[in-house]
Amino acid sequence: MVLKNSSPTSDLIFFAVFAVAVLTMPVWLEPIGAGYPDLLQKFAIYGLFATGFNLLFGLTGYLSFGHAAFLGVGSYTAVWTFKLLGMNPIPAVIMAIITSGIFALLIGYVSLRRSGIYFSILTLAFAQMSYNLAYSVLTPITNGETGLRVLRSDPRLFDGAGEAQGPLLANLFGFEMTGYAGFYFCAVVLLIGFFIAQRIFRSPFGIMLRAVKTNQNRMTYTGLNPRPYTLAAFVISGMYAGLAGALLCITDPLAGAERMQWTASGEVVLMTILGGAGTLLGPILGAALIKYFENIFSAFNEQTLHEIFGFLPDFLEYPVVSVSSLFVGEGWHLTLGVLFMIIVIFLPGGLMEGVSRITRLFRRKPQKSEPSRATAPAE
Amino acid sequence: MSFIRKPLNRRSILRAGAMGGAALATPTIFTSKVWSQTYLNEPTGAEVTFGFNVPQTGAYADEGADELRAYQLAVKHLNGEGDGGMLNTFSSKALTGQGVNGKKVAFVTGDTQTKSDAARASAKRMIEKDGAIMITGGSSSGVAIAVQSLCQEAGVIFMAGLTHSNDTTGKDKRANGFRHFFNTEMSGAALAPVLKNAYGTDRKAYHLTADYTWGWSQEGSIKKYTEDMGWETVAAVRTPLGAGDFSQYITPVLNSGADVLVLNHYGKDMVNSLTQAVQFGLRDKQVNGKQFEIIVPLYSRLMAQGAGENVKGIFGSTNWHWSLQDEGSKAFVKSFGQEYGFPPSQAAHTCYVQAILYADAAQRAGSFMPSAVGESLEGFEFEGMGNGPTLYRAADHQCFKDVLVVKGKENPSSQFDLLEVVEVTPRAQVEYPADMLGGELGNFNNGV
Repeated sequence: MVLKNSSPTSDLIFFAVFAVAVLTMPVWLEPIGAGYPDLLQKFAIYGLFATGFNLLFGLTGYLSFGHAAFLGVGSYTAVWTFKLLGMNPIPAVIMAIITSGIFALLIGYVSLRRSGIYFSILTLAFAQMSYNLAYSVLTPITNGETGLRVLRSDPRLFDGAGEAQGPLLANLFGFEMTGYAGFYFCAVVLLIGFFIAQRIFRSPFGIMLRAVKTNQNRMTYTGLNPRPYTLAAFVISGMYAGLAGALLCITDPLAGAERMQWTASGEVVLMTILGGAGTLLGPILGAALIKYFENIFSAFNEQTLHEIFGFLPDFLEYPVVSVSSLFVGEGWHLTLGVLFMIIVIFLPGGLMEGVSRITRLFRRKPQKSEPSRATAPAE
Repeated sequence: MSFIRKPLNRRSILRAGAMGGAALATPTIFTSKVWSQTYLNEPTGAEVTFGFNVPQTGAYADEGADELRAYQLAVKHLNGEGDGGMLNTFSSKALTGQGVNGKKVAFVTGDTQTKSDAARASAKRMIEKDGAIMITGGSSSGVAIAVQSLCQEAGVIFMAGLTHSNDTTGKDKRANGFRHFFNTEMSGAALAPVLKNAYGTDRKAYHLTADYTWGWSQEGSIKKYTEDMGWETVAAVRTPLGAGDFSQYITPVLNSGADVLVLNHYGKDMVNSLTQAVQFGLRDKQVNGKQFEIIVPLYSRLMAQGAGENVKGIFGSTNWHWSLQDEGSKAFVKSFGQEYGFPPSQAAHTCYVQAILYADAAQRAGSFMPSAVGESLEGFEFEGMGNGPTLYRAADHQCFKDVLVVKGKENPSSQFDLLEVVEVTPRAQVEYPADMLGGELGNFNNGV
């Protein structure tokens, strides 16, 4: 696969193909009903979130169960930047990255004293704490359950004066960040994030992170201290999450505490494992798959099913519809669960393992035996 | 070749710039189809699509399920199927059961999950992908406010479902948003006289409040009206939405010296908190020489069903109840009952009415353009929808109608017959000036 025999040229081609694929998503996702701006934005944003998570989990093997906290911090920072400075997304992005970076530094400094399950529990605890803070204690800052929004009465230093009318949307030098403009903004940020992730994967720093995952003890014996590396990875990964949170608010200026809930943290873990931890493309595929299920499958109702299975004779159509209706609509979690089980059991390396198996089928040239290519889940 | 050669020269910068520019520009040619419409999602075929955004999971899922049933019934009636329900008793006769503006009504559904994020995502999907001309539904004020401002920004009409907070048509009102349901201000105004008669003017109240916009709003309104008649508020404690276990909040009530507990909860939260309060023996206690009482300011039959025995004798207010004997209510209960086998809840009623009112306004305006529909809803007076003479006030897009004060029935005759109507508070008594709650409507947004 592209990742294995990496040369600068093949990396660049890989990136170029990826960039074209991302930017033309509105076209090739249209036939499966996903070619509308809101979902495309979600693909790009959660793709970025999962890419950042993968920098920590995929490379160092540290499984953080609290990444949604950084997403939430990024969101709140972005909305506050809108409220105080103005509706331009650039300052919001920068502020969100800085704040979530600082937040990740604090949490990472404490949590990374432990590894394995204890690390996961610590991050989960911190995230749950942040959620409860945002939900009830810090209501003046976060507006609790109702969610933080930009109001007309906000100061908005740079563009607040004058306009009483007009929608309160993020505005990049005259382009409103909704619809396709919002998607392309997110897509470009995703590409930048992906490019940086690719660089990190190839860098000596990335090798160090893999070394942490492979055998931390051996690394310590050779005289290297893994802590600075893991902390750096944690902070970078937190910044990615903060950036994704900011993008969520740029495309829709509202931040709610539920973004920090543990289910949201679990979701990014699912995305990464579903797609393939430790691969560049996997987490993005996983994110897209989960968001697709959440938005498209949950919207199917019996009416839609009857349309789909309309070709069947009536005595078959009704049982088929009544069985399959369990798996769509409110039952989309069920479908996702089944899919997740199938993938984890048969393709432990996620969707990317499936892809590489298929490419190996078609590639006839004799392969050297590859030592444990499956990216095993964290210890 | 590398992306940018190390000594940066003019050529490599130009090349990178051109590549990036070309990549960015390519897909925009595919997005230009928007320009041909006069308003967002203008229906061009034989169908017009409504978007029903209701909670199918979470604390308000029961209400959501009932809302969806009501919407499906409304669509049937609009398309001339079934017995026509309240279309027969509605004072406006513009709708004839042949769809709206000659177009058959179709619908799409979405799950709000009682979360603002999810609700906005599913509303966006319905607007952007399914081409919904109008979004309606919601069973939480937080969600309703979030979706309402989304619809304002996108440029479609939002017909609020079950949302009781003052803010929906108060400080967060929007020109594209309309609400038929009553609000906490009206609940307070209607409940206070009844409470005064039943419990006297010397009471100490303890509030447990769902910690979001609706809870805050209801706590404020009930405080305002009860304190006006001489009650004292001992404490007001905020509880998280969907807490499940309220025992830690109820224990302190026993020692607070309060003799009335006001539960500003709704849905499953109310079922749990009320059940636990009764289990803790609050209602059997004597405090300050008076019988301890519980009040649930916003009642619904679905909650009463969930709380069972425990609702007996407890006062509250409601927007509508299926036992009402006017022609509109009877027609609606009959056709809902025939379809689903049980009577509708107040959530079902308000959602049904909102769908019909929207369709009627579009029919009278002869267009689905948000500004045209909005103008024909503003100041609209109607009857025959179960609440007596009703006005859609132009200044804040809030409906004004009679409010019901109800009480849990002591001897229910069936599993649905749990509430009795104590008093129908006339509309004049619950009206308030439009500027009292603040907020700005702004202008209609047609989305182009």
